[in-house]
Amino acid sequence: MYHAIVFFPLIGALIAGLFGRYLGARMSELVTTGCLAFACLLSWGAFFLVTGDGRAETVPVAQWFTAGDLSVDWAFKVDTLTAVMLVVVTTVSTLVHLYSIGYMHEDPHRPRFFAYLSLFTFAMLMLVTADNLVQMFFGWEGVGLASYLLIGFWYEKPSANAAAMKAFIVNRVGDFGFSLGIFLVFVLTGSVGFDAIFAKAPELKDATFHFLGTDWNALTLACLLLFMGAMGKSAQFLLHTWLPDAMEGPTPVSALIHAATMVTAGVFMVARLSPLFELAPTALTVVTVIGGITAFFAATIGLVQNDIKRVIAYSTCSQLGYMFVGLGVGAYATGVFHLFTHAFFKALLFLGAGSVIHAMHHEQDMRNMGGLRAYIPFTTAMMTIGTIALIGFPFTAGYYSKDAIIEAAYMSDRPGHVLAFLATVIAALMTSFYSWRLFFLTFEGPERWAAHASHGHEAHGHDAHGHDAQAQGAHTHAATAHQADGAPGHHEGVAHNDKGHDVEPASHSAVEHHDHAPHKPHESPLVMTIPLAILAFGALFAGIVFKERFIGHDMDKFWGNALPHGSGNDIMHKIHDAPGWVAASPFVMLVLGFLLAFWMYIRRPDLPNRLATSQPILYRFLLNKWYFDEIYDRIFVRPAKNFGLFLWKESDGRVIDGFGPDGISARVVDVTRGVVRLQTGYVYHYAFVMLVGVAGLITWYLVSGVPAGVSGGAH
Amino acid sequence: MFGLGILSGLLIVPLAGAAFILTLGEESESVKRNARWAALITTIVTFLLSLVAWARYDIASPSFQLVESHAWLAETIRFKLGVDGFSMPLVLLTTFLMPFCIGASWLSVESRVKEYFVAFLVLETTMIGVFCALDLVLFYLFFEAGLIPMFLIIGIWGGKRRIYASFKFFLYTLLGSVLMLLAIMAMYWEAGTTDIPTLLAHRFPVGLQWWLWLAFFASFAVKMPMWPVHTWLPDAHVEAPTAGSVILAGILLKMGGYGFIRISLPMLPDASASFAPLVFALSVIAIIFTSLTAMMQTDIKKLIAYSSVAHMGFVTLGLFTLNEQGIQGALFLMISHGIVSGALFLCVGVVYDRMHTREIAAYGGLVKRMPLYAAAMMVFTMANVGLPGTSGFVGEFLAMMGAFKANPTVAFFSVFGIILSAGYALWLYARVIYGKLEKPNLQGILDLDLREKIIIAPLVALTIWYGVHPSPVLDTFAPATEALVQNMRTALGATQTAEAAAKAAKIAAAESMAGPESRNTVEAAAR
Repeated sequence: MYHAIVFFPLIGALIAGLFGRYLGARMSELVTTGCLAFACLLSWGAFFLVTGDGRAETVPVAQWFTAGDLSVDWAFKVDTLTAVMLVVVTTVSTLVHLYSIGYMHEDPHRPRFFAYLSLFTFAMLMLVTADNLVQMFFGWEGVGLASYLLIGFWYEKPSANAAAMKAFIVNRVGDFGFSLGIFLVFVLTGSVGFDAIFAKAPELKDATFHFLGTDWNALTLACLLLFMGAMGKSAQFLLHTWLPDAMEGPTPVSALIHAATMVTAGVFMVARLSPLFELAPTALTVVTVIGGITAFFAATIGLVQNDIKRVIAYSTCSQLGYMFVGLGVGAYATGVFHLFTHAFFKALLFLGAGSVIHAMHHEQDMRNMGGLRAYIPFTTAMMTIGTIALIGFPFTAGYYSKDAIIEAAYMSDRPGHVLAFLATVIAALMTSFYSWRLFFLTFEGPERWAAHASHGHEAHGHDAHGHDAQAQGAHTHAATAHQADGAPGHHEGVAHNDKGHDVEPASHSAVEHHDHAPHKPHESPLVMTIPLAILAFGALFAGIVFKERFIGHDMDKFWGNALPHGSGNDIMHKIHDAPGWVAASPFVMLVLGFLLAFWMYIRRPDLPNRLATSQPILYRFLLNKWYFDEIYDRIFVRPAKNFGLFLWKESDGRVIDGFGPDGISARVVDVTRGVVRLQTGYVYHYAFVMLVGVAGLITWYLVSGVPAGVSGGAH
Repeated sequence: MFGLGILSGLLIVPLAGAAFILTLGEESESVKRNARWAALITTIVTFLLSLVAWARYDIASPSFQLVESHAWLAETIRFKLGVDGFSMPLVLLTTFLMPFCIGASWLSVESRVKEYFVAFLVLETTMIGVFCALDLVLFYLFFEAGLIPMFLIIGIWGGKRRIYASFKFFLYTLLGSVLMLLAIMAMYWEAGTTDIPTLLAHRFPVGLQWWLWLAFFASFAVKMPMWPVHTWLPDAHVEAPTAGSVILAGILLKMGGYGFIRISLPMLPDASASFAPLVFALSVIAIIFTSLTAMMQTDIKKLIAYSSVAHMGFVTLGLFTLNEQGIQGALFLMISHGIVSGALFLCVGVVYDRMHTREIAAYGGLVKRMPLYAAAMMVFTMANVGLPGTSGFVGEFLAMMGAFKANPTVAFFSVFGIILSAGYALWLYARVIYGKLEKPNLQGILDLDLREKIIIAPLVALTIWYGVHPSPVLDTFAPATEALVQNMRTALGATQTAEAAAKAAKIAAAESMAGPESRNTVEAAAR
């Protein structure tokens, strides 16, 4: 069965990828979606099988490679954690496949698109079923490849190419740590298989390892290195810069890869390795702190973004921070539960946003929307559900999982938990604010798209120069920045690196926008709205239905041995003793956020502008995403390029070749010229030279006191 | 047949093919066609013959197999051939790549067609000879003889700066080889034979090992090429015709690695262990510096050439870790790189044949007109990046893992290679394949034709197959590697014991002569 779950998507991908051009787009869509739906059904079966009677098992598939004492297998490790991920991945993927049939129907490259989607699903399934670190790395890189291909799906857009490369390379920075982590774990435990590692780990609790001139606690170092990989994949603070840019990809891709599944791989990894992290409390503290910082900082950026997808992207980033906080304080189940519920409502929000974009003919700027509720009521309803689930309105999915994390952060006694608690509570306020801001700007208020349709498009033509102007643009255009936020159609100067400004082209060749002046937004077809409805169902009820199993009374039976807590880690029980004000704080925050957004965007729509004008520095700081892209460009990208140029021209060209082959050959030529000049052809010249030589030789002999053997006696 | 074994057959068949092509008449269309077909058939027959050898080869044994020995220069210098786990895969790689090279030269070589194919077939013989030779003199002979056809291939059928490149190539490699010849002579005087199996069992004195190691290193390091003697490679690659580049990257670069594993490591274990830090340093520099250099290249072939240098850095890194993971990883990477870089050069050849330029800036948006080409290129690019699931991953991963075992700091720096390789490879892909198809002269460019499909498809399949199922190759390396690591440990252990014993003996002798309190007197007396 597990073979079928994992390999059916691959078969679908291969059929669509290799034979798509002969089968045609419709067949490709049907084959891949069908394969996925089948895998999804089986996954739910597996889920109830595994969680019902705790039938965790390892299914060997084949041997991958062996070298010395290293042995790497292909095998599926199926326990509750994997089963949860199987369900999340296949369900969202199936719905996204279905949705894409509608969303992508104008695109001429649909077979390729569906092949990529299925390939991604396969890699993700390999990741979550891995029974060893190397297979996990295979899935890890596989989803990275699929993400690269899908972000760059519209390959004619330079911004899409740049975003795709950025995603891959930033993830590789994370993989740098992941690889080293695998090596270290292997050196410490002599294995890369999870079961063997976990069995060996307790003996290593106090082992030290000498690395880069410092003695480290071996397990702490291993966990930190592995977590670096998780930071890359899950877009955590410092390695987050690729995620917002990844919105260049088609919207279904954003929903599947950059919201529901791939970005949660880091969370999954830490949960999977929880027996290891449990033994490395210092590493867990780092996880908590990074998670808290990300939850906070991504939310601040989300407050001011104007691109509908970017707001949701930063929201994803922030929610991933929540999950890491849950893991970091040792409440692994809350992190995974939030992963589970988040997959539903975040996929819903993205697909809903896709429906809005579809309705608006590929307009993504919220300042050119407004009043859409009347035109696309169903989408509006779905987005409402997504929004209340995201902000954690009582009894929706997000309510249970997010509140559990906040309570766990408060009740924990690990270092860093206070910071994490404060960060997550404040982020809850901001989450509510930006979610309602998005909602109001899009669905309520005046219809800005009618009047500003043409103007808006002018602005989008802007993206071509915007890309080049990266560095200096921030300063030159800064003066106009204060017109931003609520001001419809206005294109604030900093948009140069706000690549999301770009219009998502209907077909990949449509970078030139056909002018569709005053158009009427239209509701999406059934094939797109049905997935929305299913996800909305999940967003509403996934929490209340599964709460007891994931984090409630049934959790021990549910998880089995999948998320073992070390002795002394009773955080999951302490959650229930959280004081009332802690449990109430997220609700207070969400009400505050709602009121604030309502006041600023419905009652006093002029206020955001005035606020932005009065606080230009803060506003630009947030709008420019804390200037991370600029800083990284300055300290990593450009120096690397310059150094590469230096190595090529100076080191290789001037030094090595200059003193090496070219230099020597030049000298040889010089000497030869000299020798040629000496060859005059006159015998007496030669005789003279010979005489000088003989005289020199005799002199040398006399001075050094010939035969070498005798010289010893002279001393 | 005539008392010759199958390995002799592998050497003779290409020469016979070359001789046949030479008998063809003056250059005319039909002669050209016959020469092409003759060369293709010869290389295919050679490949099939090597498969027969492979079938007769016992994968589980670490010893030399299919050995044949014929009288030659002297009783101690014989014409001796044989293969073991290290050489067999390289022989197969050589015979496997040759038909692709012939295929790639099918139409692109227009002048002196006969001579071109003769040069290639002679080159094949010398390459197989290097991997099969079980006598150092024979090894040296083939090692050097291979230079001549390659020199001619670059110098005659190369690009604009071919003369400069071919001389640079020739002189660089020759300089190293002279030192190797001296070392071989020194070995002969010391051990009284140049028979490789005998030498493998011989223990050279530690002092001599150092000199021998340095001399061999000079030759192999240039061949690899290791930083800082790598600058001949980009020039040679850029100027060489496509098939020349394929052979250069695919096989010739592997000779250095093969030399290390055949001679330096097993025969000179003490020196190898002592010089490992030097090799590590040069490897890490190669990985980081040449990756950065590759990133800034404007010529597609030069970029791939620099990336080859970086990958060879992983090979030398892995070899000198002196553990199973490192060595097997390095060897696997040699095979994988042979396939992948060969394929990448073939891919460059495909667009070069159409556009006659290798400038990155001259391309862009090829995927629109050439989707198949773009797909193949994507597979090879990802293999070059070392994506799991392609053959490039297994070797790099094992080499780095071995390095981490041997020296974590070195591994730390080498892992930067995986970030940088993603940088240069994807950037190249984005600039050549992605983007808008805007250049007017690219508008009519055609996708792969049947001949090119036949050439590229097997390489794509193999790249992925060896990524998912690398065992056939890795398991061939395993017995020989285990034996090597075992022997090296014994040898190093013996040296240490001997040193310790010598020290202890000296002290004991001194003490027994005069007792510890009068050590000064003893030393004074000794003086």
